[in-house]
Amino acid sequence: MILADIATLIRSKNAGPFILTFDILFADLASYRHVKDSGALNPGAFAKLYRCRIEKVRFFECENALAFKFSIPRPLTQGELGDGDMHGGQQFIPLMNLEIP
Amino acid sequence: MVTAKFQQIRFISPVGSVGGGICSAALDEALAQAPHFIACDAGTTDAGPFSLGMGIPAFPREAVKRDLSLMLRAGRKANIPVIIGSAGTAGGDVHVDSVLEIAREIVAEHHLTLRTAVIYAEQDKAYLKRLLQQNRILPLDPAPPISDNVIDNSSRIVGMMGVEPLQQAIADGADFVLAGRCSDAALFAAIPLMHGFPPGLAWHAGKVSECGTLVCETLGKGVIFTTISQDEISIRPYGDGLRCTPLSVAAHSLYENSNPYLHRECSGTFDLTNSTFGAIDDVTVRIRGSEFIVEPYTVKLEGAALAGYQSIIVGGIRDPHVIGQLESWLAGVRSYIDESVSHVLGDELDKSSYSLIFHTYGISAVMGSLEPDQKHQPHEVGIVLEATAPTQDLAHKLAQLSRQPLLHYPIREWKGSITAFACLHNPAVVDRGPVYRFTLNHVAVPSTAVEMFRTHFIDLGGSEK
Repeated sequence: MILADIATLIRSKNAGPFILTFDILFADLASYRHVKDSGALNPGAFAKLYRCRIEKVRFFECENALAFKFSIPRPLTQGELGDGDMHGGQQFIPLMNLEIP
Repeated sequence: MVTAKFQQIRFISPVGSVGGGICSAALDEALAQAPHFIACDAGTTDAGPFSLGMGIPAFPREAVKRDLSLMLRAGRKANIPVIIGSAGTAGGDVHVDSVLEIAREIVAEHHLTLRTAVIYAEQDKAYLKRLLQQNRILPLDPAPPISDNVIDNSSRIVGMMGVEPLQQAIADGADFVLAGRCSDAALFAAIPLMHGFPPGLAWHAGKVSECGTLVCETLGKGVIFTTISQDEISIRPYGDGLRCTPLSVAAHSLYENSNPYLHRECSGTFDLTNSTFGAIDDVTVRIRGSEFIVEPYTVKLEGAALAGYQSIIVGGIRDPHVIGQLESWLAGVRSYIDESVSHVLGDELDKSSYSLIFHTYGISAVMGSLEPDQKHQPHEVGIVLEATAPTQDLAHKLAQLSRQPLLHYPIREWKGSITAFACLHNPAVVDRGPVYRFTLNHVAVPSTAVEMFRTHFIDLGGSEK
């Protein structure tokens, strides 16, 4: 199973011009717990997917929102010459195919 | 109202951003529930640095006027204050003045009288350089380097105000507070905090209310109505088919925040770690347990500087031979352009002072270095060439000099002259004007909560003729 099959929403967005933040939301506690207990979502896995240093990855488990969150510094500051995603909204794709055992 | 003791305080968040389109039927419905104030955010950095740098709002004037008119008339009808923050998208002085001008028109057209507090948030550069020298400008993570030059080169720098300047304006009798750059949550927390409601609840109420119906299960037309008491917040929408659920309200604290639990404001951090969310009825949610930690007072700074002027060329490539070697082909195109520029514009345009960026749609244009699928070869690739230079004239010429090599740069697979680039427009070059970059991700440490902000009182309508 991949994460996109279980999550109701996987999204990315700017959290200010310097940070990219990723939310993974679920419809029910069972799905949330399944993914949490699988251990597949962790800073190390995220750092590998997003080619950044693990110390730069912030990871949050938010059970009351049935959600996980990752935040990393933006590879390019929002609006810097060369930035191709002004709102950071299309950066979540690598998370979709993450295998959930 | 400032000195009265309230059991609870109620407010309306009519829309996530002034100009977003207020649902007037829902506003009327909420107004019947005796709110104590209306507040609305008008700004964001979400669209990019242009608004701050250039001094231009992101919303059409007509859209701002419609929403502002609905709010100001509602405020007068109920005799309650209206607070607008981050006016004109970026909250600089020119942005605030543009909204003040709209307010004048509304007041005249509807024969209102409005004691208006205008709070400016743009920062004096000499003041900021003094703070920098005193180590009172601190970097957030990540932050670009800061120096006197960075401050001087920024077109505009604003400070994000907290509740204190708003509270001062309300205490001095403002019916309408028109603020420059301001914390979104502060717009809603200011009055509840004046009345002694718990800071954790006041700030959290602001946070969940400021985006309008984005806090609902599904987005729709409506307004948010929030009530704060001594031990809980209740939040509900007015609007057809809208509902707040414990999940939707809890999930909202994730949105556009790097940390879902800790939210730094000027005067401290509100902490949602122990917040609980429960359903009061089908559409209303109760929040309890939110906390606030007082910290040294800081004011977040935002700055934008001119990055140059830009011209672009848009087109596409279909030839599989070119697409198969696109990276090396574009490197060849680039060196050809560099050579032409040095021959033709050598005296005016040094290589270090211009930039050529190829956005290759179909191959990593959207994700750039983060793209996991580097091997896939699409059947068609869209290209946007961005040529950036110190003047519009030079950017235009740079793009003009790029057109021929883009069209005709050869590949080994074909003998003779090729045309590899399907140009979309004639003229091919589109001038984009000035482009800006963000220059600061820092906080200032002022001596007082209000010294960075300037409040002017204006009586709109009535005596002002």
